[in-house]
Amino acid sequence: MIRPLTAKRLASVSGLLAALLVLVILVSLKLGAVPVSMVDLATNLGRIVIGQADHLPSEQSLIIREIRLPRILLGVIVGAALSVAGAGFQALLRNPLADPYVLGVSSGAALGAIISLVAAPRVPVAMPIAAFAGALATITAVYFLGRRGGELDSHTLLLAGIISASFLSAVIMFLMTTLSGGELRGIAFWLMGDLTSTRTPLDAGWLFLLLVLAVGAIYTTAADLNLLLTGEQEAMHLGVDVSRVKLVVYVSASLLTGLAVSISGAIGYVGLIVPHVMRLLFGSDHRMLIPASALGGAIAIVIADTLARTLVAPTELPVGAMTAMAGAPMFIYLLRRRFG
Amino acid sequence: MSTPPGASAVTSGAASAVKLASGPRLLVEQASYAYAADADEAPLFTLEATSLRANRGELAAILGPNASGKSTLLKLISGVLKPLSGRVQLDGVEVSTLDPRTRAQRIALVQQESQLLFPIRVWEYVLQGRHPYGRPMRFETESDFEIAQEALEQVKALHLRERWLHQVSGGEKQRVILARALAQQPLLLLLDEPTLHLDIGAQVDLLRELRRLASDRGYTIVVVTHELNLAAQFSDHVMLMHRGKCLRVGAAPDVYQRELLEQVFGAALDVESGAGGRPRVIART
Repeated sequence: MIRPLTAKRLASVSGLLAALLVLVILVSLKLGAVPVSMVDLATNLGRIVIGQADHLPSEQSLIIREIRLPRILLGVIVGAALSVAGAGFQALLRNPLADPYVLGVSSGAALGAIISLVAAPRVPVAMPIAAFAGALATITAVYFLGRRGGELDSHTLLLAGIISASFLSAVIMFLMTTLSGGELRGIAFWLMGDLTSTRTPLDAGWLFLLLVLAVGAIYTTAADLNLLLTGEQEAMHLGVDVSRVKLVVYVSASLLTGLAVSISGAIGYVGLIVPHVMRLLFGSDHRMLIPASALGGAIAIVIADTLARTLVAPTELPVGAMTAMAGAPMFIYLLRRRFG
Repeated sequence: MSTPPGASAVTSGAASAVKLASGPRLLVEQASYAYAADADEAPLFTLEATSLRANRGELAAILGPNASGKSTLLKLISGVLKPLSGRVQLDGVEVSTLDPRTRAQRIALVQQESQLLFPIRVWEYVLQGRHPYGRPMRFETESDFEIAQEALEQVKALHLRERWLHQVSGGEKQRVILARALAQQPLLLLLDEPTLHLDIGAQVDLLRELRRLASDRGYTIVVVTHELNLAAQFSDHVMLMHRGKCLRVGAAPDVYQRELLEQVFGAALDVESGAGGRPRVIART
């Protein structure tokens, strides 16, 4: 049956995913080391909605408002950013295995962030900028290392990404030795992908704005990305301004990776798994895939982080460990199903 | 089989109609190109000054052994490469100066292999041909669907539209790729060795189809091919290339000279006169 992508279908799928995201957020707010009753949850959310402050905040409302909700919202930003970056890299590099983590872009962003922490610890704004610069420099290097005879080679590209990631990690380890013990533990945890960090570089509102701008920029190239999947030459013959699209997507995807890494460190596999699942569910048209990946990535991270803080409560796992544990086997399953 | 000048004005705006009356639809005049590994070094491959012209409704075939410059010439005609000297014009406009969108509305290229990263349905693939007419953030319109449907009908592949592209046969896939090019509603249709992976039946079908599209629909078609006999049978102009040089261009009987073909292809050949005076090449035993 011909099911063309229409604005209506896009809206209904996005609406469905958005509703699912809200549901997941509510469940995540309720779950945790300290139990929160439905009444408390409803009261607190009601107060937030009408903008009324608590006169005498209870322990539970503090947990909901000051601990769980900000962390969930950061998770939403990180998940959306990484998934859209992954979808963008996959289309541009014509490689279904590309994602910010596998390509070493996350490590590049992490190195940038750590350099800013070492060099300018008192300038919080420097961190996301440095992370963005690190991401952009890494994808540029990996792109050129991944070429053979003037053509992008998918295996060489992945190897270039993995080697770059391990090299960058070594540099990160070296820089970390200059930090003191307390900082070191925080950064080691952050590197594994962690949402508990209290040193959010920017106000959540600004982070959200950057997310929307970068995702929006990639969305303007969505129809072009569909054609880039068939190769740059073919896309060009179908009227795609290939160099413009590449510039927009590389810069925006690097910005998204830098954004995510400066919030939560290097969380792996989200950018790989989420676009794949969305493709299987809703098809590979990027006009659908990009918004679906943004929402799906947010859902995935909120679920992963909820599990990370409840599975072994009151101890917490880094969310990056959760995504890797769930993501790696799932990826292999998807790969086998596709080619089996 | 030449169309009277000015006939093509039907499809174009009044401004270009003036130019059309005085020139062919496709004009390649003394166009040359050179590939170099380094700007300072001697070029690795040179395409010497080459000329070709084709009117509305005409089919031209570019022939030659491997590395004779056929594909380079096709790239010049498609506007991907800019000639070092000479002119490559479509309706009087230099093709390399067109922006990608406009170029894709006027020139469609069918390449040897269309690679797929993720599975795609036949109708989705054909609809990609409407991309040069779309705008960012916009979905295909009803008329885009109609045009894609008509393109599939033209190549007799409408029954394939629900199928996955990677699951159709080689001949069917070639038709679908052609349908995507037709959905671009181009003036000029370029095909790079379209018969490469086809059996002889599918090859004849394809060439007959192209001949019909040129004659009935007014497309100007340029085909790069190895198939000497099919080219002789179906084309209006034949260009014979060898080592970056155009040796001869003209009607098939003028180009298909035994000594010339033997020299170019390095084999003992005979040229017979077939039906309608069209030459036929056979290997001498």
